[in-house]
Amino acid sequence: MKNFFKIIFFSILLIYSGSQKLYAENSDELLKVDWSFKSFFGKFDRASLQRGYQVYNEVCASCHSLKHLSYRNLAEKGGPEFTEAEAKAIASNFEVTDGPNSDGEMFERPAKLSDRFVMPYSNVQEAIVANGGAYPPDMSVLVKARMGGADYIYSVLMGYEDPPAGMELDDGVYYNKYMYGNKIKMASPLSEDIIEYSDGTKATMDQMAKDVTTFLQWAAEPHLESRHKMGFRVIVYLIVLTILVYFSMKKIWSRIETKV
Amino acid sequence: MSEHEYIPKSKLGKWFNDRLPLLTLANHLTDYPTPKNLNYWWTFGGILTFCLITQIITGIILGMHYIAHADLAFESVEHIMRDVNYGWLIRYVHANGASMFFLAVYIHIFRALYYGSYKSPREVIWIIGMLIYFLMMATAFMGYVLPWGQMSFWGATVITNLFSAIPLVGESITNWLWGGYSVDNPTLTRFFSLHYLFPFLILGLVVLHIWALHVPGNNNPIGIDIKKPSKDTVPFHPYIVIKDLFALLIFLLVFAFFVFFSPNILGHADNYIEANPLVTPAHIVPEWYLLPFYAILRSVPDKLLGVIAMFAAIFVLVILPWLDTSKVRSAIFRPIYKQFYWFLVADVLILGYMGAMPAEGTYLLIARVATIYYFAHFLIILPFLGMKEKTIELPLNITDPVLGGAANPEMTKNNLKHRSDL
Repeated sequence: MKNFFKIIFFSILLIYSGSQKLYAENSDELLKVDWSFKSFFGKFDRASLQRGYQVYNEVCASCHSLKHLSYRNLAEKGGPEFTEAEAKAIASNFEVTDGPNSDGEMFERPAKLSDRFVMPYSNVQEAIVANGGAYPPDMSVLVKARMGGADYIYSVLMGYEDPPAGMELDDGVYYNKYMYGNKIKMASPLSEDIIEYSDGTKATMDQMAKDVTTFLQWAAEPHLESRHKMGFRVIVYLIVLTILVYFSMKKIWSRIETKV
Repeated sequence: MSEHEYIPKSKLGKWFNDRLPLLTLANHLTDYPTPKNLNYWWTFGGILTFCLITQIITGIILGMHYIAHADLAFESVEHIMRDVNYGWLIRYVHANGASMFFLAVYIHIFRALYYGSYKSPREVIWIIGMLIYFLMMATAFMGYVLPWGQMSFWGATVITNLFSAIPLVGESITNWLWGGYSVDNPTLTRFFSLHYLFPFLILGLVVLHIWALHVPGNNNPIGIDIKKPSKDTVPFHPYIVIKDLFALLIFLLVFAFFVFFSPNILGHADNYIEANPLVTPAHIVPEWYLLPFYAILRSVPDKLLGVIAMFAAIFVLVILPWLDTSKVRSAIFRPIYKQFYWFLVADVLILGYMGAMPAEGTYLLIARVATIYYFAHFLIILPFLGMKEKTIELPLNITDPVLGGAANPEMTKNNLKHRSDL
């Protein structure tokens, strides 16, 4: 039995570490951040999420959509947890096309909580043309769509540098230390004090990069907190049950000589 | 088998049982005499049944919310993850459940290889098992296509393209599979339909698998035939039930860890990018459990031969009961086979690793050597080993497994021969 669990343990370790390594393909080691949402009890930093939304809204949203999110999500539990009034106020800043009305005509109205985030471009082609041929990807699941996740997003935001000597870059292409292939068509989106945080936090590069990455992590995994919470309960429950079943098993098998 | 006549106690029970002997079946299942020396490697049958049921239940619920359409599939998965009550839980259980299912099935298969469970009189159990395994791979592959991410789309493209290697009709077959001239909406809808159907075929085969098992009864770590029921056996309930339950709970702990704390680690990040026929991912990699076969496929320079090699890799397993000529089942009594067994395990792990690496340079070379060794193991080593190997004497029964040289080895051998003739 000891042997058995040893083998199981190592094979799982092997699969786990293997699957992490196999798909890693970046040249440079990513910058590691001690995110509050990592680990077993990981939760989001509420203030950081709210600031992160501000960064998204004032910097990213002009090119990147967030099409799977609705304004109501901003007020939901486990997210930035704006009050409902705040979320309504945020939504009402955007115009959406609704209709047809009773006259059969489409009309514009301010967005409501139930509306999806308004997209910066009406279609993919428009987005491509406006951005020099590169489509700014939708950010709803961006963190999960990149190997390295939050660390990768943070690293790219912080990874703009002058290209190494001898590297020729076309117009509108920038060098990024962590980007796959090191070439990126997005200019460094952040710079010191590009925005003014409403809670008075100093808007350093690092602060903004962390906040917006936290926000994007939540956007990709809105139920992360309840997942961690439930996971902890499930594991505790399983451990207790396993112990009980183990002793029941011992008791039952004690009727015969064979060991289990 | 223990065919003592079962008579229900109540009158109603007897009335019903005379018309449909369900109670006799239930009695057979609880009383089923099981070798008492089964170790924990034998608990994976129960675990696999649990996995199948879990996949079916979560799958049915996902099917209520999922939309099989090229333009809507990706979004509907996000809808499940965000807006459906506990949708994230159901989807993560289903997605990680597939991996756990394969983890368990590989342990189950390698247990059978180690203890010679495929040998006479259990060939039919083994062949049905291989059919289940094959259907599992097909089901998992089609399931991976459904979220319609980049890996879904390109994985489907690569795998379905394999059929175009068939001479003359290859092109037509591929178009027929696609329902068009490329992987597109018709491909997605039929994959969804089949992904829903196959688990029930697997379920049917599982019933046959267990039925076929209950005819000769379980093999055991010693690998000898035992009398049933006897002092070597215990009734399935409660002994094996509680032991399987204990093992299942340990397995569930691992399962829960993946679902709640690392739900995406076993998948590929690219599958969270919506399918785009115009952009090919840098590396197209199948799910981890298909990697060894993918490595075999790519290690053959010719496309058609590669496809043949890949299917042959499964087919050699099907005919394994006749490739392994040794009459002794358990590797415990086969010192040389035991070593080759671990070589094979290492070989398959190496193939799996190479399947995830780009097919070039050293990787390709290692994959080729590993592929050749894989086939050599089954086609050359096993047939010859069975004839040449000097095996260790077998005990007469489980209860006193130590021979200590006292028992008559001639008798043991005759005994064994006699039984395998049955």
